[in-house]
Amino acid sequence: MSGKNSERAERKVSKRAKAAKIRGIMEQEGTAIETNTQGFNDGRYESVADLEDYEGLKDEARAIKEDAIARLPDLIDDLTAAVEDNGGTVYLAEDAAEANEYIESIVADADADSVAKSKSMTTEELEVNEHLEDASVDVVETDLGEWVLQVAEEAPSHLVAPAIHKSREEITTLFEERFDPDVPLETAEDLTKFAREQLADDIASADVGMTGANFLTADSGTMALVTSEGNARKTVASTDTHVAVAGVEKIVPSVEDLQPFIELIGRSGTGQDITSYVSLLTPPIDAPTFADEEFGDADARDFHLVLIDNGRMAMREDEDLRETLYCIRCSACANSCANFQQVGGHAFGGETYTGGIATGWEAGIGGEEAAEDFNDLCTGCSRCTEACPVKIDIPWVNTVVRDRLNRGADPDAFDHLVSGLTPDPEPAGLDLQKRFFGNFSTVAKLGSAFAPVSNWVAEAPPSRWLAETILGVDRRRDMPKFTRGTLRKWAKGRDSLADPDREVVLLADTYTNYMHVERGKATIRALEALGCEVHVADTSESGRAALSQGMIATAREHAESVADSLEPHVEAGRDVIVVEPSDLAMLRNDYERLLDAETFDRIATNSYEVLEYVYGLIENGADINALADGDGEEIAYHSHCQQRTLGLDAHTEAILDRLGFDLLTSEVECCGMAGSFGFKQQYYDVSMAVGDDLREQFTTPDTEDRTVVASGTSCHDQLTELLERSVTHPVEVIAPAE
Amino acid sequence: MPSTQAASLLERFVASLEEIDVAWSRTDANGFESTLESVLEEPAVGVPIPIDGASLPDTVETDLDPETVRAAATGVTPATIAVADYGSVLLESDANGSELASLFSETHVPVIREQDVVGTMADAFEDLGPLLRGDQGDVIVATGPSATSDMGALVTGVHGPTDVHVVIVEQ
Ligand code: SF4
Repeated sequence: MSGKNSERAERKVSKRAKAAKIRGIMEQEGTAIETNTQGFNDGRYESVADLEDYEGLKDEARAIKEDAIARLPDLIDDLTAAVEDNGGTVYLAEDAAEANEYIESIVADADADSVAKSKSMTTEELEVNEHLEDASVDVVETDLGEWVLQVAEEAPSHLVAPAIHKSREEITTLFEERFDPDVPLETAEDLTKFAREQLADDIASADVGMTGANFLTADSGTMALVTSEGNARKTVASTDTHVAVAGVEKIVPSVEDLQPFIELIGRSGTGQDITSYVSLLTPPIDAPTFADEEFGDADARDFHLVLIDNGRMAMREDEDLRETLYCIRCSACANSCANFQQVGGHAFGGETYTGGIATGWEAGIGGEEAAEDFNDLCTGCSRCTEACPVKIDIPWVNTVVRDRLNRGADPDAFDHLVSGLTPDPEPAGLDLQKRFFGNFSTVAKLGSAFAPVSNWVAEAPPSRWLAETILGVDRRRDMPKFTRGTLRKWAKGRDSLADPDREVVLLADTYTNYMHVERGKATIRALEALGCEVHVADTSESGRAALSQGMIATAREHAESVADSLEPHVEAGRDVIVVEPSDLAMLRNDYERLLDAETFDRIATNSYEVLEYVYGLIENGADINALADGDGEEIAYHSHCQQRTLGLDAHTEAILDRLGFDLLTSEVECCGMAGSFGFKQQYYDVSMAVGDDLREQFTTPDTEDRTVVASGTSCHDQLTELLERSVTHPVEVIAPAE
Repeated sequence: MPSTQAASLLERFVASLEEIDVAWSRTDANGFESTLESVLEEPAVGVPIPIDGASLPDTVETDLDPETVRAAATGVTPATIAVADYGSVLLESDANGSELASLFSETHVPVIREQDVVGTMADAFEDLGPLLRGDQGDVIVATGPSATSDMGALVTGVHGPTDVHVVIVEQ
């Protein structure tokens, strides 16, 4: 086997190995993870609904973080002065080694041989426990979840609930094996009581208390700790020496700035309006010492704040990673993520951090490679962006890191296979799977030109084998079907509407133009029926496919050509109609990163999803009777992730309802396909597991005979496979017959 | 009409307490002692309540040391502010050991003056800024008992109190 071939074989094995690893984690931990994260996510929806001005509060939180990170060096100085003024010390550690050495010296100065710790992800990042244990200091985690993991010698699988992957039964078994308790540990109460009693002694005998800090205020030297168990309070109150470890990004200017975060953090994360305790400590704290037989003078308390850089100041200088520093680690981006709900943080996470934003943290701290293993689990569906209390564009952070990883890839790998074949500006070493899906429009163009032969070829066993071996396209997936004759060609042969009320331009995306041509035709018929003359733009690909593979330069080229092609239409006063929600999300959101501000603004403000537009036309007086009569037809409708984020699912539902369809909507947010994700060999199982909830909902006695309607192409393909029923687009059911 | 507004703040506060399953009693300075007696279980510890005429019953130990505090079934401590929207009480650390008495007992009884109930978290922060900046104070925003879901279901009573009973004193 030549070098190149064996590399290819290795990559193939590694895709297969990855699939096996993810499958293993799902089998072991998937059920507990799914129940818990979905519970948190439902709780979030309920809890934020009680807020009078949720959006306003998020804007406020975002603005505070933007400001704080912008003037971080000054805030570090202010905070240092305030803490020192209060009688504490501050140490700024450049990296983990420095931090650990310093912490060890404090512990040694306090003559301590044991440390009680309350939960802190930053100390996980530094691996403080390991360091102190090497120095013969006992460290005990006092948060029950962290303690379970310490006993089990496992890593956290979630930012907030670290042992979320463990069921009650597993914890019982663990404790029984480890501690041989006298009493049976059957219920959660039993387990809690047992753990509390074990830990009470450990906390009482500890010499040093170590905490993290959720926030630090530069004006007063106050730290906020958000907890529910009371262990952070006890850790601080019971020990005379308090060490707090926090990343520099935790600093906000003033005490008042804490308010929006305190109202948002619990709601966003686990769906609690507020956690049991928010400790606002200006240490050393004023409580008498508690370690001896009598209360002692509070003045004997010591406080040391260890501020951590460890890559953060460089992230601050990085246009694309900077946003990560706004993260308050609430876990909403994990809980709201359909993939995370299936696999948890042991698959969807790096050394320390888990969930969608883990890519930003891990890349910022350890370099892009630290995010390579899990970064592709973010499909860019965007469901997390509205859940994030500081409005981080988490999918963009993932895309940028993916792009950097692509560029860092070995430039020699595979070049003999692709040179000259794929006209994109990406580096030669780019993974073939990414290159294939990122350039899908080229594939579609060819597939359509040679249909139906191309379909037969694609379906033939040797092709499937080849596709899986070289491209990692899972052979269990049905290949997309190309149509001979494109929508654009069909539209050209059509008489233009006599005396139209308005003109619009349809951006016929790759799928609509080459594959699902029927939905394009239906779009044109529906819009014509409502008085619109429909032009079809001469480009198709928005750049979504490339962007989802982290091929930003390619995506930008597509964006520019879409802008060029739409420009004259927009100039002529035509609104832009888009069928595919993920393409509309490109035009309305992602193009902001790819085009100049003016062009972006013009395109974004003039673009509409087709059913959103139909809704608008009817609201403005168009005759709904020109569309097909629903006549009580029973429909099961599944919206699309990006459509939900854009807030456009309601428009489709309203139109279907008004037309008299008997409408039932899915309660599941994600179908699991997410563009090319579900086609990939390494993610096929995750994709099907995500889809399982949707399959269940659409196969009940009340739903199994309904016409299945979906707004996204991915959802269409996934539902077709899950249900083995035909699936159609909403515009196809509302369009009048030809 | 300040009195109506105060009444509605109180109503909002107790409604929030009920939502999170926290018991409460309302009394005045005269009835304070007997109200506490009916609420507390012995052994009880407490710190002096800075409300005119409100004195702790004799059964409440106020000469505190770590062992007494750890053994307490009930801990009575003052709360400086209550937040109606959340059912939260704000507990300040002090040299008397309030933080310890409120944390280590099985049932915590925070005592709040009715006039110190504010509506929103933002209202509470108007007082918190000066307190934390000026006095380098420590404040716990406490809402309900200590709790965890780490053992497979929601359990109250972890490292902190299992129950909270708020006593509201009208003046
Ligand atoms: S990125 Fe946003 S949603 Fe995710 S953990 Fe951070 S703050 Fe929460």
